[in-house]
Amino acid sequence: MTPLLSVREVSRYYGNRIGCAGVSFDLYPGEVMGIVGESGSGKSTLLNCLAGHLAPDTGEVLFDTRVDGLKDTLTMSEPERRMLGRTDWAFVHQNPRDGLRMSVSAGGNVGERLMAVGARHYGSIRSQAVDWLGRVEIDEDRVDDRPSAFSGGMQQRLQIARNLVTGPRLVFMDEPTGGLDVSVQARLLDLLRGLVRQLGLSAIIVTHDLAVVRLLADRLMVMKSGHVVEAGLTDQVLDDPQHAYTQLLVSSVLQV
Amino acid sequence: MSGYNFAYLDEQTKRTIRRALLKAIAIPGYQVPFASREMPMPYGWGTGGVQVSAACLTPDDTMKVIDQGADDTTNAVSIRKFFEKTAGVKVTERTSEATLIQTRHRIPEKDLNEDQVLVYQVPIPEPLRFLEPHETETRKMHALEEYGLMHVKLYEDIARNGHISTAYAYPVKVEGRYVMDPSPIPKFDNPKLESAAIQLFGAGREQRIYAIPPYTKVQSLDFEDYPFERMRAEQMCAMCGAEDTYLDEVIIDDEGGRMFVCSDTDYCGERRAAGHNGPLGAPVKEDAA
Repeated sequence: MTPLLSVREVSRYYGNRIGCAGVSFDLYPGEVMGIVGESGSGKSTLLNCLAGHLAPDTGEVLFDTRVDGLKDTLTMSEPERRMLGRTDWAFVHQNPRDGLRMSVSAGGNVGERLMAVGARHYGSIRSQAVDWLGRVEIDEDRVDDRPSAFSGGMQQRLQIARNLVTGPRLVFMDEPTGGLDVSVQARLLDLLRGLVRQLGLSAIIVTHDLAVVRLLADRLMVMKSGHVVEAGLTDQVLDDPQHAYTQLLVSSVLQV
Repeated sequence: MSGYNFAYLDEQTKRTIRRALLKAIAIPGYQVPFASREMPMPYGWGTGGVQVSAACLTPDDTMKVIDQGADDTTNAVSIRKFFEKTAGVKVTERTSEATLIQTRHRIPEKDLNEDQVLVYQVPIPEPLRFLEPHETETRKMHALEEYGLMHVKLYEDIARNGHISTAYAYPVKVEGRYVMDPSPIPKFDNPKLESAAIQLFGAGREQRIYAIPPYTKVQSLDFEDYPFERMRAEQMCAMCGAEDTYLDEVIIDDEGGRMFVCSDTDYCGERRAAGHNGPLGAPVKEDAA
């Protein structure tokens, strides 16, 4: 089976400082990979390198494109990479304001990706937008409201709808539940888990919240100071941590 | 007039502008940066158009300047006087007699011919400006032909008002490639962008020049189920009775009275001289002129 995404020795340095170094892994279709670690451990740097927002200094990021099969996204042309970014890939930002157009209605936000790939029929764009708002539990009558009139949780759900409307195969998520209170977080996680299973999405989720990965991720990578210190099945890593840092991380979770 | 070079700008500056113009014509709809100069009038008064006109004028040219279709408004009069003084060219109010027409917000009603140049004054050349604030990003979007965002604006129009309510500066796609802001002309004029004349656009403050060569395909953006529509007031001109021209609404008293007149004063005047008369127009006397 060909992996959907194959990462080989990706490193990114900020001057002399390490962003992330020597990261390799394969992600298979339908798999959800979690990346955990403390602030500054290089999780977001790695995610941005994979999603094409940052250029790694060394390494390869091979993606299984629909036409050409496995292809290095770092050496492909910019139009091609940006095309991937709005069709097969999706990126969910931690802060919905980074991923949404705040001055455009919810329907317009969801429709933007459709129009970006050539949809030119207002009626069908709108009905798809309404359909997706329904799937992320936003009422149909909010379709013409701007995201600034939405609560934080709704904004995050809107951002997810906007990203999934073009049927991507790989979703990058950067702390999707950060900044939300726990009950809203639980609802969002529930929704995400449903969507991921239902659509057979592959996803890479960066988070510092172990509960999020426990719920969503099949596999887990633990990062510290730019390096991957431990990787494996989520339950295995969380129940039987081998590396000292992972043990510390798991034992630091507050028990209520 | 002594003390000024012909048409105010020095020859080197005019050459740089002409180079930008040539590039703009070679790549229809592409915004070419140019080193815009300070002109003896404020930004917003057509400094971009004036520089383009200055670079194009020859001593044999006949110039016409219109502002919202009218030859007799402040902006038009002052620019016309400016070139009369600094270039000494003939000026006219007749569309058919002019070889170079500088315009603000309108295209003349009468079809232009191959010997004419139409120069637009442009306030904001970037059609994506209010959708994507980063100029670096919009340039990349133009380069990679990523124009989905332009339709988001039209989508928003329909979502809010039930129809495409953009009435002026209606975005167009030029020769199937670049999306262009046709300057704030009413969308009534959009079909006239496909013309026999050369059309040049100058934005002074934004330092951009772009162009539509003659007979270039210019397509107004729309949706399949909400096609582009021309828009005009459903009235006839009160002065000349024309029913196919773009009309201005004029308030005539403080009791709600109003009239609609052609915004193109020259076109309206010629029709009246030819004997057409609207409901409020006094008949033209033969010896009046």
